[in-house]
Order: sequence, then structure tokens, then C-alpha cells
Amino acid sequence: MTGTETHGGGKPSSEPTVLGLLWVLPAAILAALFATLIPAVAAGEAIRVGFEWVPSLGVNFSLLIDGLSLTFALLISGIGVLIVLYSNTYLAGHPQLGRFQLYLFLFMLSMLGLVLADNLITLFVFWELTTVTSYLLIGFDHASAKARRSALQALLLTGAGGLALLAGLIMLGLAAGTFELSEILVNGEAIRAHALYLPILILVLAGAFTKSAQFPFHFWLPNAMAAPTPVSAYLHSATMVKAGIYLLARMHPALGGTEVWVWTLTIFGAVTAVLASIMALRQTDLKLALAYTTVMALGTLTMFLGGTATVAIAAAMTFLIVHSFYKAALFLVVGIIDHGTGTREADRLRGLARAMPITAIAAAVAALSMAGFPPFLGFIAKELKYEGALAVASEPWFVATAAVSANAMMVAVAGIVALRPFFGKPLPTPKAPHEASFAMWIGPVLLAALGLLFGLAPSVIADALVQPAVSAVVGREEDVYLALWHGINLPLMLSLLTFALGIGLYIVHRRVRARLARIEAALPISADEAWDRLLDGLKWLAAIQTRLLQSGVLRNYLFIVFSTLAVLVGATLLIAGGVRIPQAWPDLLVKDWAVVALIAAGGILTVFAKSRLAAICALGVVGIGVALVFVMFGAPDVAITQLLVETLVVVLVAVVMLRLPFLEPDRKTVRRRFDAVLAVIVGVVTTLTLIGVVQGPIDRTIPDFFEAASVPEAHGRNIVNVVLVDFRALDTFGEIAVVAAAALGAYALIRGVRKRRQS
Amino acid sequence: MKSLILRTATRPLAALMLLFSIYMLWRGHNEPGGGFIGGLIAAIGYALYAISHGAAAARRVLRVDPRAIAIVGLALAIFAGLVPAFSGEPLFTGKWLFLGDYEGGAGLPLSTVLLFDIGVYLVVLGSVLTLVLALEEEA
Repeated sequence: MTGTETHGGGKPSSEPTVLGLLWVLPAAILAALFATLIPAVAAGEAIRVGFEWVPSLGVNFSLLIDGLSLTFALLISGIGVLIVLYSNTYLAGHPQLGRFQLYLFLFMLSMLGLVLADNLITLFVFWELTTVTSYLLIGFDHASAKARRSALQALLLTGAGGLALLAGLIMLGLAAGTFELSEILVNGEAIRAHALYLPILILVLAGAFTKSAQFPFHFWLPNAMAAPTPVSAYLHSATMVKAGIYLLARMHPALGGTEVWVWTLTIFGAVTAVLASIMALRQTDLKLALAYTTVMALGTLTMFLGGTATVAIAAAMTFLIVHSFYKAALFLVVGIIDHGTGTREADRLRGLARAMPITAIAAAVAALSMAGFPPFLGFIAKELKYEGALAVASEPWFVATAAVSANAMMVAVAGIVALRPFFGKPLPTPKAPHEASFAMWIGPVLLAALGLLFGLAPSVIADALVQPAVSAVVGREEDVYLALWHGINLPLMLSLLTFALGIGLYIVHRRVRARLARIEAALPISADEAWDRLLDGLKWLAAIQTRLLQSGVLRNYLFIVFSTLAVLVGATLLIAGGVRIPQAWPDLLVKDWAVVALIAAGGILTVFAKSRLAAICALGVVGIGVALVFVMFGAPDVAITQLLVETLVVVLVAVVMLRLPFLEPDRKTVRRRFDAVLAVIVGVVTTLTLIGVVQGPIDRTIPDFFEAASVPEAHGRNIVNVVLVDFRALDTFGEIAVVAAAALGAYALIRGVRKRRQS
Repeated sequence: MKSLILRTATRPLAALMLLFSIYMLWRGHNEPGGGFIGGLIAAIGYALYAISHGAAAARRVLRVDPRAIAIVGLALAIFAGLVPAFSGEPLFTGKWLFLGDYEGGAGLPLSTVLLFDIGVYLVVLGSVLTLVLALEEEA
């Protein structure tokens, strides 16, 4: 995972197009729209809009705009504007730039839908849409096998989590009695006391943890760095990976606060944060190092969302915002470095500040915010984190230790990624470094400046976003106060300790990295390799069961189908106690007995026939016998259909079979015996089922309805036909669609055989 | 099959079966019959022709590719199902038009249900013929 991604046909000299810039417009409009909602939401209002989508299932397309969703929506649309602008230049001249912009825009819309959805099912639909669109974006460089693999890995992993989430959301909806989030969230007590609480929690967490790359599902995120850098900046820092965090925050009032919640989130978050920051130190590729720091940030956020104290949530929300600013900025900076020098290797980049001064300033400001130095917003977030950690009820020192060690490593990584490449003696790079154009540096500069601005005037962001968001997460109005100076207290001491540790780590980071590389080499298996083994195992299993079931021999297929039928129906009969022996023989007339004899004779003839034609005709006799039964019991439609189908089958089979060699009796008598036994079992099971059905009382509700409604409502006296084309027309439609598809499929098969034979 | 009797008998027989199939389709809503049965009868008529005169001849008298027939049938059925949606009713609600229905007369019953049944007829006819003709030519 080193070196640069291919830029396709994109040459740095290619000019960005005006058409590409048009994509900025919708994003900017959305961002402006959300910005106008800030005052109302900051005043404590929750805006709900929507319409009924599938009212019978309680699925609505409803949106909920409160502090939490508005914060996310602003980040998504605001950073989206900068990313679109940036990528228009970054990928200028790329033959598929239009496609890229479309994917990016679709992703942005899905993400907005996800954070704004007020309905669980709507939320899930958008959740899946972000998975799909991010698959397209990660695999954008589709000629590269690595990109394809990464994209598929992300898709499978987050898709699997998505399925778990769907199950969890449905159970949540059933437990709460509504699928509207705004109603569920005020009903947390009842849900936490519900019998389904634990399964709901596990499934929802499975979705959130896979999406937000929590250990042990963290490995897809660094692999997703195969995507073009603007995608990494957008998806893997500011938005998609935070979808899981959003879900945790959103569910906090409903599911949060219990012991399971607190411990699971705290432990998973802490382990993820610490492991990821160690792995970030290990990397030499700037982009990969940033990717791991993102995993660290996600771990930290999870850890703090596990808390119940307001200050822990405030820490999470502030950190969420500041992380989006500096991480997007730094990713974009790495993109500029990559674009301008042709490499992202930390050891080959020094002294770039002279060639790219604006980028260097943006990088430095963002890095200082990331490292948590005053007076940047990052410092405030870090102070809050320490305060929040100490306020955690369960295990304050565990959380505080995890936070301090992860943050110290962040300080070191910030230095490695964003300061070291710009200072010192310049090293030769594949391309002569040059400053990026306005469209590319404006993003990182603005984002870095915001980190500084909000650091200096924290009350602006505290009132506008943090406080409403925190109120939404804890589920009640909360006052949040952000300030640079909290006085001399424990968090400040921890901050100083963090700086000391971080700077120390930075000084010795090359030795630490070498040591970590040796440890990594000594590990038996990485999570990434384990994933490959899992997939290989799955393929192996699929191959085995395909060989077993799909032998290509018709007899085997029939054997499998009928034995499955016999086992399933037979078992159901036994378990449900459906075997009922009739008390008396039904009094049959002579003609009834004649039909029974006809059917039986046909069956026996079919089995013992010496030629195919005879067997087919005998089978036809059975069919006609069954048709006679239908006639006798007053179902002329079914009888006609049966007769016609029987005729057609005989014609069809005759056409095929007459061309085959003479029927040779199967010499393998053992197999024939097997077939005979199976045939008898299926026959007995079917007979028992039918007898059982006939013995019981027959529910007349549906036939009565059809009889009563057929003429007045459907203007038809033939109930069978009325049912087919009117009452149950949708079923019929499904059936004829299957008929047509089967015919086309069989046609292709027949023609395929012919072509192969000709060639 | 080179049987002169079969070849000669098939022509009027097939024509009759086609006519009868349409009759079955039309009366299906009130008497035994319907699109499925009608389609099968028509298909057997053509299949008979294909067996006696050969698949190529059957294709000539059919004029259209049977696959197209099946697909057109499916499209008709979808259309019939969609019509009620335009007036805000659930899919596949039967819409009736009694042509010439005034002063007590029942009128000529035309409906989306009939359209749907015609779709079923065409799907069955087209699908069965797709298979029969392909098998005939294959062999």
C-alpha cells in the first residue's frame, strides 16, 4: 500500500472544466439551505417534514432536522462543496471525471438522507445507498485490481453490517410500535426494558461498528485508500465512516445508558483508538497514516458515546466537528503533495514549504488542531475529552489512559504527516514540487482556518451546533460551554502530559516505526489476511455444495427435489400431528373407482414401459385421469388446463425424446431401488397430507368471499378466472412473468447447445 | 413428420383451434375458459402445425417471433395493472367500461381485466411456442 494512485489519463497540465464546476452548485445550495436552519434548531426546535411512503408498513419518507442531524448535514454538504471543487482540478482531464462527480454527488445525497431520515426504514435505505455509492467511489480506478478488491471488501463488510442493522431496526420498530425515530427517541425507557433490547442493541452495533471501522472490522478503511484522495478526504474522514457514529449518537436516547451499551462502546472504542494510533505510527505512506488516525478518531468517538455524562457527549460532538475539519484538510493536503511531487512516502518528502507555501500553512494549522495545541478547536476538544473521560462513571482511568495514549500518538502522527514534509532540507521527488492551484488549496485553507476561528471564538460553534447536537444525543436540553481556558485542573495536566509524550514520540518515531514493523512482520495473521481466508472458505463451501447439488444430471436433480419435499412435508406432518386416518371409507361410485384404476394403471405402465414413447403416453394417461377427477368434482377450468398441459407435455417430450436412442433399462438396479423407495415415500407423504387436509374442517372464509364478490365486484361468474385475472391478478402476473422468463431461458439453453455443436 | 393425412388435416384443425382459443379467452370470465386455457389451445394448434409442416413453416405462418409475442403479452399485463394506478387506485384493480350501456342494457363489457387476460393468453402462447419451435429446430 505505497506509492501514488493512478490518475488515469489525468495530467497535471489538464485544465479543469467549467462544466465540472457546475457540480459545486447543488452542493453549495444544500449547504446554504442547511445554514439557514441553524437559528431555529439552535433555539431548540426539531423540524419534521415528510410524506407517507408505504403507509401500510409504517414506512414514511420523513426527515428530522434537529441539532445532531443538522450538524452532520452541514459537515456533509459544506465539506462536499470543497471536495467537489478540489476534485474538479485534482482529476482534471480524467476521462471519467463526469462519472466521478456524479458518484460523489449521489454519495452526498445518500449521506444527507441518512442523517436526516426520521424513519428507521428510510434511514436504512440511505444507509445502504451510502454503501453502494462508496463502493463505486472506492473502486473508481476500476482498472486496478487493488482498487476493485478494496471496494468489494468495503461493500461486503459494510453490507453485512447493513443486513444486521436492518434486522435490528425492524426489531426496534416492532418493540417501539413505531418506525418514526422522533417517537422512538422519547420512548427510551420502554425500549431498554423490552425483551428484545439485547438483540436490537447487538444488531445495531454490528451495523455501526462495521460502518465506522471499529476493531475488529477496522481493516477495510485503510484499504479503501485505494480511492482517489478527494474521496478519502470526504468518505473516510468526514462522512461515510461517521455514519456509524451518527447511528450511535442517534440511538443514544433510545438504546444508550445501559450497562451493556456503556461497556461495549467503551471497550471497543478504546481498543480501536489505541490500536489504530499505534498502526498510524507504523505507516510510511502519508495517506495510510491519516487513514489509521481516522480509525483512531472513530474509536475515540465510540468510546465517548458510550458515556452518559453530558460532558462526554459534548466531547464527542466537539471532537466530531474538529476532526472533520482537520482530517479533511490534511487528506486534501496529502492529495496536493501527491499531485505536486508524485509521492506520498514520508521519508522522501522534506522541505516542501518553499515550493508550496500556502499548502504548508494550511497543513501546519490543521496539524496543530489535530495535535490539540491551543488556541485551536482541537485543543478545546481534547480538554473536553479528558474532562469527559474523568466523568465516565464506569472506569474513568481506563478511558483517560486510552485517551491520553491515543492523543499522544496523534501528536506524533500530526508532526510526521503534516509538519515534517514541509520543513528541513528538501529531498529530490519524482516530480518537481509546485504549489497547487486555487481550487485545490482553498479547501484545506478554509477548513484549517475554521479550526483556528472556532478555537478563538468557541461560543459561536458551541451555541450553533454543539449544544443542539448534545441536547439531541442526551435527549434533553443541555447547556454546553466551550472555552480555551478552563483554569489549572486535571484535564490541563493531562494535556501537558500528552504534549510531552507526543513530542517525545515524534523525536524517536523512526525507531518506533522500525520496531513496530518488526512486530507486525512477526504477527501470525493480519485482519486483512483473515478476511481473505474467510472469503476463500466461503468460495470453497460454495464450490462443494454446487458440486453436490448441481451435478447436471436430471435424475439427481429430481432425486434432490423430491427427497427434500418428502423430508420437509413429512417432518411437518409429524411435528404438527397432521396425520389423520379417516374413520370410514368414502363411498365411491363405480365410475370413481374406474378413474382411480385408470390413474394407477397409467402409473404402473409408466414405470415398466420398455420404450420412451410408451412411457410418455402412459404418463399422459395418468394426467388425463387426474383431469377426470377435476371434472367429477366440478372444477372444469382446472380440468381443461390439466388436459391441455398434459397434451402439450406429451407433444413436447415426444419431440425431444423421439430423437434420443432407445430406452435402455437402467442396469444399476440399486439406484432404481432407491428411486422406487423415494417414489413410494413421496406418494405416501402426499396422500397422508391430502387425507389430513380433507379430514379437518375447511375454512370457508375465502371461498365464501369469492363466491359472494365475484359477480357484483368483478362482473364474472367463473370464479376461477375472476380470481386469476382480478382478485389475485398480481400473483398471476408473477406467474406469467416466470413463464416468459423460463421460456426465454430455456430458449437460450437450447440455442446454446446447438451453437456449441456447430462450432 | 411426413404424413400426408396429418398435413392435410392440420390446416383446418389448426385454424379451428385458433378460433376456439379466442372463444375460450373471451368467455373465460363467465364460463370455463380464460387466457391461460386459450393460450394453451392456440399453442397446441401451432405446435401441431409445426410438427406436421416443420418449424420453418410454422414460423412463416406465425409471422412474429414467439419470444416477441410473450414479451408483448407481459407488457399488456403490466399495462392493464398500471391503468388503475393513474386514478389513484391500487395496482391491478379491475376497471370496467360497459360500452353502449344505457337504459337497462348491459352493454359490451370491456375491462382492464380482459386486457390482462389477453396478456396472459399471449404470454402462454409465446412461451410455449418459443420452446416447441426451438426444440423442433434443434432436433
